[in-house]
Amino acid sequence: MIDLWQQQIKAAAAKGEKLAIKGSGSKLFLSPTHEGAALDTRAHSGIVEYDPKELVIVVKCGTALAEVEKAMADAGQMLAFEPPHFGEGATIGGMVATGVSGPRRAYAGAVRDFVLGAKVIDGKGDHLSFGGKVMKNVAGFDVSRLLVGSFGSLGVITEVAFKCLPLPKAEATRVFEMDSATAIEAMNRWYAEADPITATTWVDGELYVRFAGAAPAVNSAVQKRGGEALANDLDWWRDWREQRHAFFANAKELHRMSCKSTAPVLDDMATAIEWGGALRWVEADEANAAKLRYQASRAGGYASVWRGGASTHASAAQSLSEPLKEIHAKLKTSFDPYNVFAPLPLGEVAR
Amino acid sequence: MKAPTLFEELANVLPRDCLKIADEDMRPYECDGLSMYRALPKCVALPEDEKQLAEVMRICHAHRVPVVARGAGTGLSGGAMPDPNAVLLSTAKMMKIISVDPLACTARVQPGVRNLAISEAVVHHGLYYAPDPSSQIACTIGGNVAENSGGVHCLKYGLTVHNIRKLRVVLMTGEIVTLGGDGLDSPGYDLLTLMIGSEGLLGIVTEVTVKLTPKPKLAQVAMASFASVETAGAAVGEIIAAGIIPGGLEMMDQIATEAVEGFVHAGYDLSAAAILLCESDGTPDEVADEMARVSEVLRKAGATDIKVSNNEAERLRYWSGRKNAFPATGRISPDYYCMDGTIPRRELPRVLNEIARLSEKYGLRCANVFHAGDGNLHPLIMFDANVEGELQRAEDFGADILELCVEVGGTITGEHGVGIEKINQMCVQFSPKELTRMHEIKHAFDEHALLNPGKAVPTLHRCAEFGRMKVSQGKPMPFADLERF
Repeated sequence: MIDLWQQQIKAAAAKGEKLAIKGSGSKLFLSPTHEGAALDTRAHSGIVEYDPKELVIVVKCGTALAEVEKAMADAGQMLAFEPPHFGEGATIGGMVATGVSGPRRAYAGAVRDFVLGAKVIDGKGDHLSFGGKVMKNVAGFDVSRLLVGSFGSLGVITEVAFKCLPLPKAEATRVFEMDSATAIEAMNRWYAEADPITATTWVDGELYVRFAGAAPAVNSAVQKRGGEALANDLDWWRDWREQRHAFFANAKELHRMSCKSTAPVLDDMATAIEWGGALRWVEADEANAAKLRYQASRAGGYASVWRGGASTHASAAQSLSEPLKEIHAKLKTSFDPYNVFAPLPLGEVAR
Repeated sequence: MKAPTLFEELANVLPRDCLKIADEDMRPYECDGLSMYRALPKCVALPEDEKQLAEVMRICHAHRVPVVARGAGTGLSGGAMPDPNAVLLSTAKMMKIISVDPLACTARVQPGVRNLAISEAVVHHGLYYAPDPSSQIACTIGGNVAENSGGVHCLKYGLTVHNIRKLRVVLMTGEIVTLGGDGLDSPGYDLLTLMIGSEGLLGIVTEVTVKLTPKPKLAQVAMASFASVETAGAAVGEIIAAGIIPGGLEMMDQIATEAVEGFVHAGYDLSAAAILLCESDGTPDEVADEMARVSEVLRKAGATDIKVSNNEAERLRYWSGRKNAFPATGRISPDYYCMDGTIPRRELPRVLNEIARLSEKYGLRCANVFHAGDGNLHPLIMFDANVEGELQRAEDFGADILELCVEVGGTITGEHGVGIEKINQMCVQFSPKELTRMHEIKHAFDEHALLNPGKAVPTLHRCAEFGRMKVSQGKPMPFADLERF
């Protein structure tokens, strides 16, 4: 398969054509541009290597995320960033290319934090390998992490090695009625006080906190903080992660604001909060999107359109300085000199 | 009118005591922790703030003079070794903790702040900065960022790259950029992670926003003895298989424990072929629960003796041996050479047996200390530089170990960096095309290749001279038609 793709890429480069790298398409809504003949990553699928005692799994790009999670769960392990699927057949390649992490991100780390190494076919058709399959590796630039969230613009990610972590021994979710400002304070303070938290969400006047770890630690945290038990907690967090919660279903134009965890609430826009306060989902229309972007930059972050708006990446890119835009463009040219792949994930601004 | 010289221009932007050009003033900067490589720089610049630092960079860029950045100079791979044609730029004077946010668990610091000083400054908030390289009392956060430093707790708490939120970086042109943000991600490519561990080749960090971690209420360490390094290695796998991620998990062989015991009296079992230190941290309930499980796993895995620390003094005493393994080795040997390969843990018996064989071949003793949890080996090769040929034998021995690590699916460096020391072995680990891509990445940040030249990423020319280019699909890469630069 690798050989075929290399030929396909070289041919496209020679003819000045584009290729659209695609898995199941579950996260296509995040990529505004997708032109050219399809290169379906699902043709390269399977777990290459998994030794739970090494805490390392090596997976081909087209492997279904569900298949990987199943194999890991059977061994009592997980991808600790709790990746959203956003569709039945979500693939590992798509997960890495979009770099989207789930509820556990604020506490365990992001996709890129668990990538140990990756192989990629670049726009010249060269198959390159960076990083490795060991826990610690500082040989050369950290190119495998650079590929995370590159939205297919640097090449076809063919294989990725991840660090695995054990599933928590115990979990309990508690629900607290409180306003958003109080919730932001609680999310931050409880974490700083060393509570064993692995997820926090505030939506519709309620704060959901998931405690996880050794049973005694979870029990004492639950006793200390109180709140109401959430019975169907596994389903609730899965629905939240997959954005099937009513908040997401009802939002017409949804923006994503990444900011300092303690940033003040936005009173005049419907908001849900997660990641300990560092991620805000905001319903905004064209009129107040500019205000949201301003608020985000004041809060040390950025805002971008998530669903239903114009361009996903363009709004985010406005916060990049000129030298950074230039570096992005040069990196893109280095990996993809003939522009075979998707454009820079910076929308209109960079072009 | 004559154009101003480099020195004149630098003297215009730096206070008098922040520019050193006399040999005797530059002598303290002639090497880092890898002291066998020494050189005097063109001059030493010690800017006091970001503005001065950016001016130094702008001037050097205009003169096309290379720049080598340096923190505390504790690095072990020669990454901060001066170049006679380059300005050595030290961030040692930029040592302010700018702000601490105990609620958001972050701190903004200048690059010259020492690693341990961050934890000391936030201890009253119940927080600390998690990565703890053994040089943490002296090494700076700027150097940690450049090297992506690890430590004995990184299996659970991550490397530097997992604990940095935002960087302000001065590029070679003198332009200042911000990477990352106060949130958990930023738009565009993840240049923050690319910068971390780039060994001073892409830019110079002037401000670091670190993530702080709530300090566990209690930590306890179990010390287990084993009759062979194989059973000790297997026990590590069993702990992981039991679903436990210890706060720290370290292994030392008998040569190492003997060296250490004579130095710090840590109470190690000298009859054991290897010992494991396994630390558990968290709430008292959590630690009690985990320690019980760890002890059971260790017993089943064949531990001949297990001791669990009863108090903080005892815990620190058990750790003191491990943390002093390098100086202890220095005490029983005139010189030692510390290696840093990482391997898949299952390959440990094979690698240790091969190291023992090489030790005989080269006629040099070698102690092994090992970040067992994450597979990071630190063989300490003992030699005497005053004996003709021993340094060369030690370097050859080290090179063989690194290539062995690559052969078993590992890497030449887990946490010390490539620097100048392992530059040749990069040709073994990466193909010419991969190395070329790294040069192109550098070019995107540093068009004229002025930052830390000759370090971290070898030129293909150098690899060809070294003559050990990575073998691809069973065939050596041809050298004749390579681009040379």
